[in-house]
Amino acid sequence: MALNYDQAVSKYEPTLGLEVHVELNTNSKMFCSCSTVFGAEPNTQTCPVCLGMPGALPVVNAKAIESSILIGLALNCSIAPYSRFARKNYFYPDMPKNFQTSQYDEPICVDGYLDVEIETDEGPKTFRVDIERVHMEEDTGKSLHVGGATGRIHGAEYSLLDYNRAGIPLVEIVTRIVPGTGKYAPAVARAYVTELRDILRSLGVSDVKMEQGSLRCDANVSLAPIGSGKLGTRSETKNVNSLRSVERAVAGEIVRQANRLEAGERIVQETRHFLEESGETRPGRSKETAEDYRYFPEPDLVPVAPDAKWIEELRATLPEKPSTRRKRLQEAWGVSDNEMASMVNAELLDTVEATIALGAEPARARGWWLGEISRLANEKEVHPTSLITAEQVAEVIALIANGELTDKLARGVVEGVIAGEGSPREVIDKRGLKVVSDDGALMTAIEAAIAAQPDTAERIRGGNIPAAGALIGAVMKATGGQADAAKVRELLLKHLGQG
Amino acid sequence: MAAISREEVAHLARLSRIEMTPDELDHLASEMQLILGAVARVQEVAAADIPPTSHALPMTNVFREDVTKPSLSPEDALSGAPAREEDRFKVPQILGDAE
Repeated sequence: MALNYDQAVSKYEPTLGLEVHVELNTNSKMFCSCSTVFGAEPNTQTCPVCLGMPGALPVVNAKAIESSILIGLALNCSIAPYSRFARKNYFYPDMPKNFQTSQYDEPICVDGYLDVEIETDEGPKTFRVDIERVHMEEDTGKSLHVGGATGRIHGAEYSLLDYNRAGIPLVEIVTRIVPGTGKYAPAVARAYVTELRDILRSLGVSDVKMEQGSLRCDANVSLAPIGSGKLGTRSETKNVNSLRSVERAVAGEIVRQANRLEAGERIVQETRHFLEESGETRPGRSKETAEDYRYFPEPDLVPVAPDAKWIEELRATLPEKPSTRRKRLQEAWGVSDNEMASMVNAELLDTVEATIALGAEPARARGWWLGEISRLANEKEVHPTSLITAEQVAEVIALIANGELTDKLARGVVEGVIAGEGSPREVIDKRGLKVVSDDGALMTAIEAAIAAQPDTAERIRGGNIPAAGALIGAVMKATGGQADAAKVRELLLKHLGQG
Repeated sequence: MAAISREEVAHLARLSRIEMTPDELDHLASEMQLILGAVARVQEVAAADIPPTSHALPMTNVFREDVTKPSLSPEDALSGAPAREEDRFKVPQILGDAE
């Protein structure tokens, strides 16, 4: 009988370790001036340095150092007063130099931590994830594997290499082992990567797009019998490309390893690949051992020795921690945990905040961005902020608040702005979307409605207030929906002696 | 002094994807042993007060601004490639598995 997840964690204690690779969003590469723009034509962003031509000399990108230090500071790390780059030697065509410039025994940041909060059976609980190191390296080229098993090319097996990505600054953030998470290991892993992503985004150092590979997570998992006080052999799962996958990959590994141990088999220390469809992992290629990489100090790059003044200047620019900021905004706006989470997940927190700062009421700002505007953005498969600005939305909300627009008219205004018809004011003029607030015009329409339905009017006079709906509907129709229904109701009832 | 064995040379050759005959391995093992021996003589003069040195010049913090410069054209970038396809470098697949 195979163990399921609950049975696995009732017998075995999981231990986590997480390695996150972050592509920095610098304009140029780590060691050369080639552009880093995503999605360019193959091999249009290369030069002698990132192609590993003989004699080409690398020079470190100052912004990449700055971003790495900021990441370290935000993760409560010490910044090394002296650190070196190292060559990691391996022969695989994704690095044309036959080595990757990385850091080995002298990373730029060490000994930090990140606190993450998760929901447990006993309520919210905070786990401290210790950070061992943050080090700098460069990304590799992109391989396209052709032929062989896929049968596209007659039995031939070869790879096609695009080196646009080779040399893009990469920062690797490595945790120490995270013990004591028990059955919450998958949730802690996800919460850690989520919080880390939010911090990196708030620092503005990376696009942190897991689906584009600018944030990638490797999850190390090991199991030991509960109470044994031992550490099991770990596996390392790569290819985990969404927050949900982080959680699934850890849970999947716990189940797989528990079942192996139950069957009396040994866990092999290996790299495994996450399979998005099944949530399972399969063994990956066996890699060289650390010794085989023959690390040695990079002779072409001098050491990095940030002085205390520079570090303190950078520390002073650190933004408010995302978790602190979320708590502050949630309290100020009076929204629920779920509502807050939906804004964060839709990447609309900044935009909603900006809209509120421009005077919009919190509930309305959130409602418009997550409702109508998100709906239109989904249809067009773009992010809501590419359709309309916080200023324009705040203006529409202000017009609703002062009675110049109804919600229905406002939807037309937003549609017009998104269609490129101009500012909210211009759309109102062009489309004639003004609320009919002139009492005289409304009274004319009300009298016409009464004349058309004298029986209904009589019933209202007799005290049947709900019957007013039919007449209000008629007035709204007559004014093309541009009347304020509440105002119509008020005038109508007053006219019929019920106000 | 550390000795280098024939097996270690064979291992290095494997890591470097270089095919070597048994004769070549014998020959290189003894050659490399000699080179290591020569380099190891540095240890005889390096006293305890001399820190290990990785760089010839006592310099730190050589940086460039984060500014882009034009890259090579794909034509130039690929001009030295033994094989190409669709503006990509074409290489034999060395390891079985895709990244």
